Amino acid sequence: MKTDDLIHAIAEDAVPTGLKPQRLLALALAGAVVAAAILFWLLLGPRGNALVSLAEPRFVLKFLVTLGLATAAIGLVLRLIRPGVAPGLWRSALLLAPGLLLIGIAGELLTLPAERWMTVLVGVNARVCLTYIPLMGLAPLGLILLALRSGAPTRPALTGAVAGLIAGGISAAFYAAHCPDDSPLFVATWYVLAIAMLVALGALLGRRLLRW
Amino acid sequence: MQAVSDREAEWAALMRAALGGDRAAYRDLLVALTPVLRAAARQGCLRFGLGVAEAEDVVQETLLALHLKRQTWDDTQPLGPWIRAIARNKLVDAMRRRGRRGAEVDIDAFSEVLAAPVPEDSGIRRDVAKHLQALAPGQRNVVQAIAVDGVSIREAAQRLTMTEGAVRVALHRGLATLAVRLRSSAT
Repeated sequence: MKTDDLIHAIAEDAVPTGLKPQRLLALALAGAVVAAAILFWLLLGPRGNALVSLAEPRFVLKFLVTLGLATAAIGLVLRLIRPGVAPGLWRSALLLAPGLLLIGIAGELLTLPAERWMTVLVGVNARVCLTYIPLMGLAPLGLILLALRSGAPTRPALTGAVAGLIAGGISAAFYAAHCPDDSPLFVATWYVLAIAMLVALGALLGRRLLRW
Repeated sequence: MQAVSDREAEWAALMRAALGGDRAAYRDLLVALTPVLRAAARQGCLRFGLGVAEAEDVVQETLLALHLKRQTWDDTQPLGPWIRAIARNKLVDAMRRRGRRGAEVDIDAFSEVLAAPVPEDSGIRRDVAKHLQALAPGQRNVVQAIAVDGVSIREAAQRLTMTEGAVRVALHRGLATLAVRLRSSAT
């Protein structure tokens, strides 16, 4: 086919079909939250004192960190799927959640006697954390990656990794309502490890699925 | 020579019209873009020992990518950087497939070429008819009628006794399939 012929065919197909990438992502995120919520209620459920715990700063910090991470990752991914757009401030926004967590850790180390540090870091629920955060994040990751296929990321693996951060953030926020371990030391160890699994999976899948 | 920013503003206006369904504006845009894409692709290919024919493949791939990904352009933003990023991505892809390392592509030089004056088309064209043959029959007939025979969607619908909607869908899917095949072919 000659290039002029191709141009003719493309011009005839002018009217865009389908939703814009950002709309698709919004739908995928809604689906991701629903999917994670269903699994959460079926498999884990909130801990008994979840509502009372909302007065406990270390409990609230878990949600700030995980949801902050997901929010920044959403902003970043929306830029990564647009060719020629620089990530700008969203890349720095990704540092906010880890920054918050570091402040939490500092507070924990200042208020807790040193001999308790290891105990709260290991916690009681590490295995559940490492199982359920990745598990509840799988469907969200799949939905998000599917939506991102309508975009045009020039860095597919990186974009997939950021999709993993979104899925991990959503999943970990639900998990946080279940887990009795509130120490920022626990979060910084096990949540980070669990989310990193989804990030690695996202990068692997993104490399294949997000090419165009 | 027209200033680059004027030209890009004009392109952006055409693209906005095209996204609103204006086929004539879309064709004008693609016709205006093609020589610029071609100049850039040739320069890129020549630098890595690839010929003019390969460059034309890159041009076609880029046109298809611009088309299939047109909704990733934010119409409040300039069009130039978006086009350059897609063209660069397709060139790097083509180099990689042919065993050249993408990292060797000099991105800055490439950006300059895209902004450079437009040379004449030398007329050497690569045929991708083989990819057309690989489409499902329904898609192939539609793409063939519209692309090669140059008929409109309405004429294609009459000729193939299909509804216009079905022609539109087959055309869109056919173009998407062509893009995938071009991307995965190593030649």
